[in-house]
Amino acid sequence: MRFKLHVWRQSGPNAKGAMEAHDVDGITPEMSFLEMIDLLNEKLLADGKEPIAFEHDCREGICGACSMVIDGVPHSPERAVTTCQVHMRSFQDGDDIHVEPFRAKAFPVLKDLVVDRDAFDRIIQAGGYVSVNTGGTPDANEIQIPKVAAESAMDAAACIGCGACVAACPNASAMLFTAAKIAHLGQLPQGQVERGARARAMVEQMDAEGFGNCTNHYECMDACPKEIHVEWIARMNRDYLKASLTAKD
Amino acid sequence: MQLDAKIPDGPIAEKWDRHRREMKLVNPANKRKFKVIIVGTGLAGASAAASMAELGYDVEAFTFHDSPRRAHSIAAQGGINAAKNYPNDGDSIWRLFYDTVKGGDFRAREANVHRLAQVSNNIIDQCVAQGVPFAREYGGLLANRSFGGAQVSRTFYARGQTGQQLLLGAYQALSRQIHLGKVTMRTREEMLDVVVSDGRARGIVTRNLVTGEVVSRAADAVVLATGGYSNVFFLSTNAKACNVTATYRAYKRGAGFANPCFTQIHPTGIPPSGDHVSKTTLMSESLRNDGRVWTPTKAGDTRPANQIPEADRDYYLERRYPSFGNLVPRDVASRAAKERCDAGHGVGPGGRGVFLDFRDAIQRVGRDAVAARYGNLFDMYHHITDSNPYETPMVIYPAPHYTMGGLWVDYNLMSSIPGLHVIGEANFSDHGSNRLGASALMQGLADGYFVLPYTIGDFLARAGNSGVAADAACFTEVEAEVNARTATLLAVNGKRSPDSFHAELGRLMWDKCGMSRTREGLEEALRRIPEIRAAFWSDVSIPGSGADLNQTLEKAGRVADFLEFAELMCRDALDREESCGGHFREEYKTEEGEALRRDDDFCFGSVWEYQGDDAPPALNKEHFTFEHVPLSTRSYK
Amino acid sequence: MSSLRNALRSSVGSKTLMALTGLALLGFVLGHLVGNLQIFAGQEKLNAYAQMLKDSGPLLWGARIGLVVVFVMHIATAIRLTLANRAARPDAYVVQVNQRTTYAARTMLMSGLIVLAFVIFHLLHFTLGVTHPEFAAEGMVDSAGRHDVAKMVVLGFQSIPVSCAYVVAQLLLGLHLMHGVSSLFQSLGVQHPQLAFLERGAGRAVAAVVVIGNCSIPLAILAGFVPEGVVL
Repeated sequence: MRFKLHVWRQSGPNAKGAMEAHDVDGITPEMSFLEMIDLLNEKLLADGKEPIAFEHDCREGICGACSMVIDGVPHSPERAVTTCQVHMRSFQDGDDIHVEPFRAKAFPVLKDLVVDRDAFDRIIQAGGYVSVNTGGTPDANEIQIPKVAAESAMDAAACIGCGACVAACPNASAMLFTAAKIAHLGQLPQGQVERGARARAMVEQMDAEGFGNCTNHYECMDACPKEIHVEWIARMNRDYLKASLTAKD
Repeated sequence: MQLDAKIPDGPIAEKWDRHRREMKLVNPANKRKFKVIIVGTGLAGASAAASMAELGYDVEAFTFHDSPRRAHSIAAQGGINAAKNYPNDGDSIWRLFYDTVKGGDFRAREANVHRLAQVSNNIIDQCVAQGVPFAREYGGLLANRSFGGAQVSRTFYARGQTGQQLLLGAYQALSRQIHLGKVTMRTREEMLDVVVSDGRARGIVTRNLVTGEVVSRAADAVVLATGGYSNVFFLSTNAKACNVTATYRAYKRGAGFANPCFTQIHPTGIPPSGDHVSKTTLMSESLRNDGRVWTPTKAGDTRPANQIPEADRDYYLERRYPSFGNLVPRDVASRAAKERCDAGHGVGPGGRGVFLDFRDAIQRVGRDAVAARYGNLFDMYHHITDSNPYETPMVIYPAPHYTMGGLWVDYNLMSSIPGLHVIGEANFSDHGSNRLGASALMQGLADGYFVLPYTIGDFLARAGNSGVAADAACFTEVEAEVNARTATLLAVNGKRSPDSFHAELGRLMWDKCGMSRTREGLEEALRRIPEIRAAFWSDVSIPGSGADLNQTLEKAGRVADFLEFAELMCRDALDREESCGGHFREEYKTEEGEALRRDDDFCFGSVWEYQGDDAPPALNKEHFTFEHVPLSTRSYK
Repeated sequence: MSSLRNALRSSVGSKTLMALTGLALLGFVLGHLVGNLQIFAGQEKLNAYAQMLKDSGPLLWGARIGLVVVFVMHIATAIRLTLANRAARPDAYVVQVNQRTTYAARTMLMSGLIVLAFVIFHLLHFTLGVTHPEFAAEGMVDSAGRHDVAKMVVLGFQSIPVSCAYVVAQLLLGLHLMHGVSSLFQSLGVQHPQLAFLERGAGRAVAAVVVIGNCSIPLAILAGFVPEGVVL
């Protein structure tokens, strides 16, 4: 198979970027998308040119490092996959393929397809946890948790923090990411004590990072490789409003 | 090298309690005056960083990732063991201890393993309190499953994403401490060397991966939680960035490296479909609960699986190990697959694969029941290979997965360099020569949450502050060496990518130092590795500069260390003239072809000591004694 | 109170504000529709209803002021959010493909602003009589001496361009409501599997009612309908 790849190249955070076209051939349908880029990078390197910088690590769809937009869709037009799980058999021989970094003010480009997603870490730091220290916790079976609640919490907890939701959102909003963590902990008894405070702190941090607002396009849900549902955003809204209305400060 | 394991006196079940009683404590008001550096923020590193910050230490944590949440702990699927005995099936701390020592083929330290089993229960309590959504029964209590051939159900799990959920728990605890200002988190900063002076670790030298800046970081204690080195094989189930640099650099600064040849080859990987493959994906071990493993009876049989009649199928695990069948431990299953493929019975690309067949399970319980148990795994397999496992058998092949070897540590998890502690997969640890399923997560979290936070306090209370600042001569010297090495790499200006050398090394290691090894093969590897290394240093190509984000440069530095480390691994494998666990020497097998362990001569951990680039490393031995789990031959027949 | 003020400025709070003000405006739209549809019941009914509103004095002014405040809040918040959203992605994608969002969702600001323009025209047209002074003139009274709203409406809509403008504006209002009404459940946190039908269907249903209801008047009049009792 052969393809014409149009890739975003940007030499540094403050540099101006542009699309650069490359012909790649000798691609087999079994290759993963990242292996196709590996091959192109080998070729660039042999020519003494700088390879395309891109983030990847586990290559099995769980670490959340992938951060490219392929043909206008974060990760790829295929549903419920990360870029590393996309195979070249999903494309037609001879296709033009466009590859760009996730774009958002809160995710500045560091180089080529590599973006800085520290904003997500700061949202978690603001309150995405249960405040328990190591040790002194009760026996794990002390508190029963209904199976459905645990499963539902797990649905929300499956988020891999890749940022595709932000990349897909027409407003570059981080609500799906933030809501997923609030819903994960908010559905478990252990997360109840700080439920309201957590929602407020995380939403405030999310806003401070410069993400956009949710206007209910739901693009995030379709782009999410783990199919996290927008119902968590509604839940976050509820938790946040209730907490704000009953806050004592 | 003096190897004092510092195992506390007393009966095994009381050693840890007694030790904790006898340890010196740091005054709460003084804890913040002690700075602790933690390198790596996976399960072990993040849990240690959070726990020590909670205690009051001044913690500085480092990861080369953009976030602690990306660590490869996240990819662990199956589960985490604990001796809770919730299912009432006869489990106990003693049984978990016993199984782990025996499963590790008697090459681990009893006292450490017992402590691991003891704290295993605390881990589950801790994780539940953090909000880890473990699987539950309808009554709301925690669910358990049996895993990896264990005779009891002691594995806790969160769907197929247990590692992810446990890591997120630790990451969240760490995030809380970052928020409170107790942990300084440095992301995208890679440790390139350890600074040792006057017989104590003084800090590390790092490179900021975005700006290229090389920085000295001083501390009163350094903790390495940098994972394993399976990527020495190039193709492994590890993430692409996993590497040996941190532990290997520590080794070159004087830390003993123990049992580097003990690697775990997981039996159910998806075999590579060609040379382009960059990474092996693992299929969960749980598939062997219902899948039957077979190869064609006739060598070179190329008929599609469904056209091979029952009479021409060799269910070799069931044939060789009638009592355990398809559920033999990982090392046994992997070697048996290799044996079949070497004999020409392999299937799939290049004849390196065996069938894992669900036909009978589907006939027995129905397609829906099979889908309920393994649906997501079947989909994953289908997605990767474009072949439907409901209709045709999966093709699997063993893949490097975990490394039991690592830096030698004493009972306090301190390496042979005072002040340098090593936790998680990075130390040589508790798994001996073979790790049981669902034990890696347990060990990483045990070290980080419940062992190191105690033992490091004892070290700091006794040793006091380091008193060496980051601008001291010992730091500037190492910094200069790090800069010089980067400059040398950039100046080679050759033609080949770091990856191409890595792949070449990986193929050699997989061939000669993989699932089974021979003296001849290892000697050949020891001849070939220096050749590849020389070629690397004369022909590697690294475009760009060292002053910004340069992924090729990062990779080249890691490959350069693998190229040296591989030699140590082969040397260790050559020296160990026995077959045990993940280490199988073909010269040492029983008449039936099973592993022949030689306890009389090799019941020790091989601790290698660096002697300079031009001298072979010195071998030190920590002899293991087994007072509670009598030495016996593992048999699964 | 500061927490509440901050909350209303926040992203989630702003969504709530949009939803609540939108809901209030929807209430007005529906009330207005019900009032207007009385034209089909004849001149007497409609004019009496109009007189009743007029006579309600302070209540009417209260409602009017309230409506203006809500309207301004809705618009101001929308503009603030849109600007923030644009700022959140300073560099556009070279290629972007949407998978789920709708035309209605993407054009909320545009449809909203056009509806605003229409509202202003509508006020100038019928309420203040600026565009057509004769509508507010002394002579526009019925036999009972009330303002002859029915006649005014008939005269107004007999103009083809005016009716067309009204129909177009209603279609845009419908588009706006389609996304707006569906979203307000999500924004207010009303989310339950058994209520999913609301989110799926409420927008379309409300939009259909409003568009059909409001357009029926000009279209009927263009087609020659004259309410009972109206003398042209």
